[in-house]
Amino acid sequence: MNRLPGPWGSRIDRSRPIPFTFEGKHFEGYAGDSIASALAASGQWVLSRSFKYHRPRGILSMTGADANTLVQLPFEPNVAADRTPISEGLSVSAQNVNGTLERDRDAIIDRLGRFLPVGFYYRTFMGPRRDSWLKFWEPMIRRKAGLGVVDTTAPRRHFDKTHLHCDILVVGAGPAGLNAAIAAAEAGADVVLCDENPEIGGSLTYGRHDPALLADLSSRLRALPNLRLLTGTVCNGWYEDNWLPLIQGDRLFRTRARAVILATGSIEQPAIFRNNDLPGIMLGGAAQRLIRHYGVRPGQKAVVLATGDEGYCVALDLVEAGVSVVLVADPRSGGETGTFEAALRGSGVAIRKAATIEAAEGSVGNRHLSRVRVGGSWIECDLLAVSADQVPAWQLPCQAGAKVGYDAVSGSMTLSLPKAPIHLAGSVAGDSNLQDAITGGHRAAVAALLGLGHAVGEERISTRPTAGSPARVLPIVAHRKGRDFVDFDEDLQVKDLQNAVKEGYREIELVKRFSTVGMGPSQGRHSALATARIVAEATNRTVAEVGITTARPPVGPETLGVLAGHHEPLERRTALHARHLALNAVMKPVGAWWRPYVYGEASEAEEAIRDEIMAVREGVGLLDVSTLGKLELRGPDAGAFLDRLYTMAHANQPVGRVRYCLMLNEMGSVVDDGVACRMAEDRFYVTATTGAVARVYADMLFWNAQWRLRVDVLNLTGAFSGLNVTGPKARAVLEALESDIDFGREAFPYLSGREGVVAGVPVRVMRIGFTGELSYELHCPSSLAPALWDAVMTAGKTYGLKPYGLEASRTLRLEKGHILIGQDTDAITTPDELGFGWAVSKKKPFFVGKRSIEMRARLGQARKLVGLRFPADARDIPGESCLVLRGNAPVGQITSIGFSPTLGCTIALAYVHIDDSTEGSLVTVKCRNGNLVDVPVVAHAFFDPANARQEM
Amino acid sequence: MKILTCPMNGPRNIDEFQSFGPVRAEPDPDTTADADWSRHLFRAENRRGIVVEWWRHVPSNYFFLAERDLVTNEIIRTFDASERRAQS
Repeated sequence: MNRLPGPWGSRIDRSRPIPFTFEGKHFEGYAGDSIASALAASGQWVLSRSFKYHRPRGILSMTGADANTLVQLPFEPNVAADRTPISEGLSVSAQNVNGTLERDRDAIIDRLGRFLPVGFYYRTFMGPRRDSWLKFWEPMIRRKAGLGVVDTTAPRRHFDKTHLHCDILVVGAGPAGLNAAIAAAEAGADVVLCDENPEIGGSLTYGRHDPALLADLSSRLRALPNLRLLTGTVCNGWYEDNWLPLIQGDRLFRTRARAVILATGSIEQPAIFRNNDLPGIMLGGAAQRLIRHYGVRPGQKAVVLATGDEGYCVALDLVEAGVSVVLVADPRSGGETGTFEAALRGSGVAIRKAATIEAAEGSVGNRHLSRVRVGGSWIECDLLAVSADQVPAWQLPCQAGAKVGYDAVSGSMTLSLPKAPIHLAGSVAGDSNLQDAITGGHRAAVAALLGLGHAVGEERISTRPTAGSPARVLPIVAHRKGRDFVDFDEDLQVKDLQNAVKEGYREIELVKRFSTVGMGPSQGRHSALATARIVAEATNRTVAEVGITTARPPVGPETLGVLAGHHEPLERRTALHARHLALNAVMKPVGAWWRPYVYGEASEAEEAIRDEIMAVREGVGLLDVSTLGKLELRGPDAGAFLDRLYTMAHANQPVGRVRYCLMLNEMGSVVDDGVACRMAEDRFYVTATTGAVARVYADMLFWNAQWRLRVDVLNLTGAFSGLNVTGPKARAVLEALESDIDFGREAFPYLSGREGVVAGVPVRVMRIGFTGELSYELHCPSSLAPALWDAVMTAGKTYGLKPYGLEASRTLRLEKGHILIGQDTDAITTPDELGFGWAVSKKKPFFVGKRSIEMRARLGQARKLVGLRFPADARDIPGESCLVLRGNAPVGQITSIGFSPTLGCTIALAYVHIDDSTEGSLVTVKCRNGNLVDVPVVAHAFFDPANARQEM
Repeated sequence: MKILTCPMNGPRNIDEFQSFGPVRAEPDPDTTADADWSRHLFRAENRRGIVVEWWRHVPSNYFFLAERDLVTNEIIRTFDASERRAQS
């Protein structure tokens, strides 16, 4: 019904009708239509309800920069209807509606507005009770607040990230940006040109300009292979050293440019008067975009508010599109009559000078504009095109360091140049007409090229035209009854801002936070200048003194998917992963690693874990310990280096011996442990815990960057795999394998290490063990680990060897009271609290943390890690992190707990008060169900307290 | 994103690096008073001006030093740790 004939409608393809629904009703648009233009073509002007008063809202800018057109798609909320194209069968619904878009039950709030003054939230929701906010107000506001709905069942979408490098990035492909990009590329620079619109041209595509101009630029651009064009691409921020995110659909280009030219244009400003938010009142650029891009007639009977040539061009366009323009109101008085104004007079349109729009009125329920008041008299119309004022698109320049100023003579916002290699061109730089913008683009290109050291021939940077932009006036006609909106997103009116000042908020940043002006989806694009003017007037300051609020990235909304990218989590598998799967292991993630939790069916896990534990205690088991951190230290100072880093003595450690290592931080807290095997005078093989090895490796190099000892550190974690053969029959299994190593009790005693070959695989073997049984840990190059695993499994058959998983391993170590760093230690655990005094050298002059543990020892020890043994018939069993109480005060917590099949009862490790840490003391533990239980302390290993089995 | 010039790997995005904080004084642990030792551990200077910091290039695990202006966030220069002793 509102569709214009061709050639109007550059974006639409009339041969391809596209059906879709809005609020359940069927509509049809053309391929290339946005949701808003297709609806407007069918006479549907109301797109949403406003945030606070639930007033009907429609098209404002057609740039996707305001909250008026936010709609809900099936899998995506808060979509800008004026930027998002329609697609076959798309189901669109309105947001922030209680009931239907046409009949919104909350529209009543519009009449209660005087009870909702600015800062209402801050005053009201404090009471009446302390929990009123959480219990009452917050849920109520959530229901009323105009937010889209996230569908958690939305299908997975593919998001993508890529890197982009260029000499010069030009943001904005309007006349200035196009000329800048072409000039830079013609001089040989590698140029990227991006624009958020689907086509190049900017205002050349919708403004009243000679089409030959764009055609010429377009053909020059296509001839340049070193100019990459990204349309439909938003530049969403400026970060240090010219790093800019360019977002094209679901792809993020992380862009690094040597120089940047910002030709981001300017933002048209709404005028302020009573009911200035009615559907049917739109910016001049929106009317022009509807006509030229989509072939949609924006109204039947129009009034135009114009303060310059742009406004007169809008009126001429409307006349040409068959709209009856009843009046052009121009707040300026007198002055020269421009060409466009003359043309308009020639076509018989009435022009009234020194006149502005004083108020507007809507049809029933304010669903559409019905008349406007100019000079005291009402004029009927269904369209008001506002072409009154504009501000430079300041967001990107300000992020790059530009400062906002205000030219009081012309009444316009200005931008200073940023310090970084960044140039401004076009209307963002204050170029006020097409010719200036074209020259400005060229000037910016020359400046950028010179900055990059390009020869630019005879050309010099031409100077900026000195003539300022013509004086403009943004009419602010406040009304005693309000509804004169400054910020449409938040339904803020002139008096709200004046009241904010009256409340004592003079500074613009505080006015913003108190009133929420500029916090909505448009981020002050349509309200910042008006706010500055209102606050300036209310505080008797100039607009320049008041300024505008800080602009931070992102420039516009961005989907989380774009930021997340592929989101394929990193995972590591040991070289034996396939072996575990073949044995039907239940695999579980441990940090980035996947480890066998138990072998067998998950449904029978409990029994299988018990069998695995008993196999280790009574026969022999095999554990994949490849995830252990493995470091090799080489150099004449390797021993001295370990002496400084760990608490035990390593410099005097004999070759072929293994020692426990305990690492502290400077604060004296335990941060890691492992073992060190001296393989030669100048060579140690050191293990670290799975989760900490990356940090330990970094710390080693950090310390040595300061100590500068003669030692090299290699991280062999992935390169080497580890197999732990453990249990009373471990020796028999290894002796059944072909090897040059003597595994005999005397030849290879506990805490020693050997190098050799087992079943044809070169290995490093250490007699250590977490399980407390006779254990050999075999480390070999990862590529040979499957062969070694197979050989051990085969040799073990006769002895009933069983591979065991992580859960059995955890229980086996708990039965021995062995700690897990990070699980049984926290940020302040000292060696004394673990009973590890034996592991701390008293003789060494220095090690990291030495001074601090001495100081902390003087402060006195408050707690100790001990064992707790629950009776076999205990009913209440606590969980990890359950509190240990002394009186009513918490003094510690359970750190590890589990059922021991070997002992037939539940056992735990826990921090208890130092006075309760002796064998047999009873401590009180609070269970998850709130019950208190008294448990006896066990001050030694639960199983084999004499540690005889591991030394067999 | 800021660019940091690693003395070994050249200019790289700063998200390849990990900051290890300013180079601190190294009081003698055997002679320093307890209060001074605590201050050494827990109190950072953080004064306006130029600071020398430890940085790590994570992929190569290489540690080096950088002079940075805390007011402007400008990195003035980066250099290998071996130059540190020579300087002081």
